[in-house]
Amino acid sequence: MHEMSLAQGVLDILRDTARKQGFSRVKTVWLEIGALAGVDPEAIRFCFDAVTRDTLADGAGLDIIPIPGQAWCMQCSQAVTIAARMEPCPVCGGYRLQVTGGEEMRVKELQVE
Amino acid sequence: MCTVCGCGTGEEAVHTHDHGHAHDHSHAHEGHAGTGYRPVAGGALHFGLGPAGAHVGGMSQQRLVQVERDILGKNNGYAERNRQRLAGHEVFALNLVSSPGSGKTTLLTHTIERMKGELPIAVIEGDQQTSFDADRIRATGVPAIQINTGKGCHLDAHMVGHALEQLPPLDRGLLLIENVGNLVCPAAFDLGEAHKVAILSVTEGEDKPLKYPDMFHAASLMILNKIDLLPYVRFDVEKCIDYARRVNPDIEVILLSAQSGEGMEQWLAWIRREWQAQQRTVSAPEREPA
Repeated sequence: MHEMSLAQGVLDILRDTARKQGFSRVKTVWLEIGALAGVDPEAIRFCFDAVTRDTLADGAGLDIIPIPGQAWCMQCSQAVTIAARMEPCPVCGGYRLQVTGGEEMRVKELQVE
Repeated sequence: MCTVCGCGTGEEAVHTHDHGHAHDHSHAHEGHAGTGYRPVAGGALHFGLGPAGAHVGGMSQQRLVQVERDILGKNNGYAERNRQRLAGHEVFALNLVSSPGSGKTTLLTHTIERMKGELPIAVIEGDQQTSFDADRIRATGVPAIQINTGKGCHLDAHMVGHALEQLPPLDRGLLLIENVGNLVCPAAFDLGEAHKVAILSVTEGEDKPLKYPDMFHAASLMILNKIDLLPYVRFDVEKCIDYARRVNPDIEVILLSAQSGEGMEQWLAWIRREWQAQQRTVSAPEREPA
């Protein structure tokens, strides 16, 4: 979904940070992408390469740090890890899950020069 | 390929998830291979994993910059601005999302006909092209702004902010935002609305909440539309509701037919109830003694 918008959002953050921190080239970008963020890491990669062409991040490496999906199961009252939104609780098999983590999409860090 | 959402053809189609090679990307971090840092558990970067167990600073002009910024932060900032602006005028805003053809515009025109004597209403229409939908809304006598997204597959908060500038003032009223027909991309974009409402018609599959879980997770209400057609289609209502609650245990459900009017009163009652709930939250801090 909408990975091109997101890649553009990453580029906006790179440009903004370059202005504030005074660098002209981005060599590597670390992105944190949650398992429940609704984005496809491969599509992000493809779009990132496309939007950064001829910019300060042309040819930059993109390192995606996956963040596991976390939920609180209301039936068995414990924190569990899930890989997708429609997955049942791995312990009790129920669906009363409150997502608590794994929805993030963040630019974590940059290697620049 | 769609320039906004990246969905489409070409290389994207070849780039499925089924290819054999793993994406551990050992080529990453060009420029400091073997001597620099490595991300370790928890997303931290470890500088002491090089051959000498140390990192020598000042040897290159390369450096690390901590960013920690949300990719959707810009959109969320605009959404917050829209939300404050709407709250300032006590406007209740709904973001209606669905596939193309679920009957959103018909539902809107019938909602407007029944409610326009009760409170001021305005509509923001999102489509890739044409102003057909805004024309249908204006025919009911309420103001409508059409946003054409061009190649875009969703409305974003920046577009909606500009549309709000174009609309006449709407004090203590209802703003209905009809998003681009798409069950994927609009899920991630907060527009400043009070609630997302997902509309699913019974001519679609009952398994859509599982196929498009992000949207049904983001919505507060699911409307099952076109229920007058239930005798003619194979659509298991209970199964559909069960699927929706798997991805969103708190989602409310209303069955209606905009065309026949069945269930419309329930939908209008939901709008009134939620509108009043918002007024209470907005005005509550004002009642507190200074």
